[in-house]
Amino acid sequence: MRDRGWIYSGLGLFLILVTYPFWQNLRAGVTSKGPDLRRPAEAKQCVMPVSYMRTSHMDLLASWRENAVRDGVRTFQSADGQTYNVSLSGTCITQCHASKEEFCDRCHNYASVSNYCWDCHVDPRQAHGSAR
Amino acid sequence: MILDRKSFLRLTGLSVLARKLVAAVTPKRWAMVVDARKCLQKEGCQKCIEACHRMHNVPAFAEPRHEVRWIWKEPFERAFPSQENLYSQAAFRDKPFPVFCNHCDNPPCVRVCPTGATWKRDDGIVMMDWHRCIGCRYCVAACPYGSRSFNWLDPRPRLTQMNAEFPTRTKGVVEKCTFCEERLARGEAPACVEACPEKAMVFGNLADPASEVRQLLGARYTVRRKPELGTRPEVYYIV
Amino acid sequence: MFLFEKAVTGSRKYWIWIVCLFAVIGAGFLAYLRQLQEGLGITGLSRDVTWGLYISQFTFLVGVAASAVMVVLPYYLHDFKAFAKVTILGEFLAISAVTMCALFIFVDMGQPTRVLNVLLHPTPNSMMFWDMLSLGGYLMLNAVIALTTLHAEQKGIAPPRWLKPIILLSIPWAISIHTVTAFLYAGLPGRSFWLTAIMAPRFLASAFASGPALLILLCMAIGRLTKSSGLREPVQKLAVIVTYAMILNVFFVLMELFTAFYSQIPEHMEHFHYLFAGLDGRTALVPWMWTSAILAVASLALLIPPGTRKNPKVLAAACGMVFLSLWIDKGLGLIVGGFVPSPLGAVTEYAPTLPEAAIALAIWAIGILMITVFYKIALAVRESLA
Repeated sequence: MRDRGWIYSGLGLFLILVTYPFWQNLRAGVTSKGPDLRRPAEAKQCVMPVSYMRTSHMDLLASWRENAVRDGVRTFQSADGQTYNVSLSGTCITQCHASKEEFCDRCHNYASVSNYCWDCHVDPRQAHGSAR
Repeated sequence: MILDRKSFLRLTGLSVLARKLVAAVTPKRWAMVVDARKCLQKEGCQKCIEACHRMHNVPAFAEPRHEVRWIWKEPFERAFPSQENLYSQAAFRDKPFPVFCNHCDNPPCVRVCPTGATWKRDDGIVMMDWHRCIGCRYCVAACPYGSRSFNWLDPRPRLTQMNAEFPTRTKGVVEKCTFCEERLARGEAPACVEACPEKAMVFGNLADPASEVRQLLGARYTVRRKPELGTRPEVYYIV
Repeated sequence: MFLFEKAVTGSRKYWIWIVCLFAVIGAGFLAYLRQLQEGLGITGLSRDVTWGLYISQFTFLVGVAASAVMVVLPYYLHDFKAFAKVTILGEFLAISAVTMCALFIFVDMGQPTRVLNVLLHPTPNSMMFWDMLSLGGYLMLNAVIALTTLHAEQKGIAPPRWLKPIILLSIPWAISIHTVTAFLYAGLPGRSFWLTAIMAPRFLASAFASGPALLILLCMAIGRLTKSSGLREPVQKLAVIVTYAMILNVFFVLMELFTAFYSQIPEHMEHFHYLFAGLDGRTALVPWMWTSAILAVASLALLIPPGTRKNPKVLAAACGMVFLSLWIDKGLGLIVGGFVPSPLGAVTEYAPTLPEAAIALAIWAIGILMITVFYKIALAVRESLA
């Protein structure tokens, strides 16, 4: 075991690197409290129950996308019988959530999830005047 | 009522099925007839191009090699190379003809696409799915009409204003005219047709014998771009 | 694992070479990060010339990969003993070339993160789908064959019997990869330059000239660097293959020229006009194409007479000329020439940009690194037996 020193310092370095995010979060004072979202003011009910949306909104959006683009189905009937237009910018953001930054982005940033929806879909607030 | 994933999928599946049934009962084949004489009346008119590009967030790249276009004007000889004639009518020589995707009945772009990101719908529209396109540009090589554009750079900074009702594209995908399928879904005519002050563009359903496009095709002499390639373009020109 | 330990011991020169290759790879990687950030707009490609250096390198290297069959077929099907020592070199060359092909396709994608859509949404009507399958399969076949025979060689035993059918399968498979690659181009309406039934045969002829030419040069380099013996006979046999394949290739090109210029159909002639004389005053590729043509004829003048062909120095020069000539023809002219003029008659020229060239060079360096490591392992196994 001539290399004992090397082996242990290597293992030590590895442990520090692997646990680095934890120390980083401790230092930055990150708590387990979730992101502070701005919830819709008027709308009481989402197109699907909140519990479903919280876990599976991406599935819903993906199926909206497939149906609208590939099969031309542009309306969605929710469980309570209401009909919605299939549109991320037009329905989700304009009709209910009002702000992409304070709803979509806050949570995705908190969870460190990056998506490319808004690379193409236009945030209505940004639409007019100069683009970006 | 709590919907689980399965019943959710069933719900959306049913609406897709319903739409397919409606399509089967009322056949549609969208097509366009362009009356070149009317189109050429006003020199330098760009109304159709402006309307289309504004509505669909088509960026304006300064460099020609990065240009993106859905509808543009091409000199007669370039748009119709097989109609070339040294002494062709002065009325047409070098005159700009509006050209765009022909929504071919036998589209080579669809044949070559490796992901199904472009496909022909039941109503004849050659559609694009910008979520699925991998940007291989095989369709650009396959299209004999130059109708497809690739986003060489991020298009957003090149847009002076954005229409929030229509997505922009991202860098690395291919785009083209879709016959304004989003407007057709609302029962409106394509933006270029609506914008033309001379009413030179007529849009309609070829499957309906009473439609205006069928009437025109039956009454007037029309040409198509490169029909010899067997792509069966569905944009007709009255010359 | 995979005898990799043989690749991490080497002379000072070996390590300098490896470090140089890594430096080129690193530079290209940085350029690729920029392309990922900004888009393919940083290349010289344009709306008229939508494929360039990347896709043409891919096309050329598919040929190099397919050419392994020129040593595998005589050795396994005709029991041609002279190729015993070079067969594995041919297979390793194929593995490296196919890897380069895959990388060149990957860097050409506008949305590389979505590239698996090709498998998620399989479309049998697209030649690109089949190309992906055939290249992937060919890589697997050659990896299995090369590693298994190498292990057997190390143990001094004959390769297992189950390997034989796999080797036989790899022969038609090699033909298929280059045929399907030719079909990528040859079935497009409105691209008259590529719309020719002789595209696949021409691809194969040029592949069977350029690949074995490269293998000859590699064998000669090995002979110099490692004092390996017994490579002289297979090199001479390979030289005959290069000669015949190059004759066929030139013959096929002349047939293309006849069809285009005797029929006088403008869209068939224009592309050749652009490549060899220029069109609308655009002449960027003219010197390259004439260099390629002159090198092709000169290489044949050296290869056909047995006297010159048997001289190793002359043979090396001729092989270099064949390789360069076909690299220009297929790795430059064939793809770019198909886009100029465009179907609408636009004459737009293409020249790769610096980052684009750096990325392409890095992929070549990855391939060369793979060849270096593979050959090092194969030769080390042989030396330990001797």
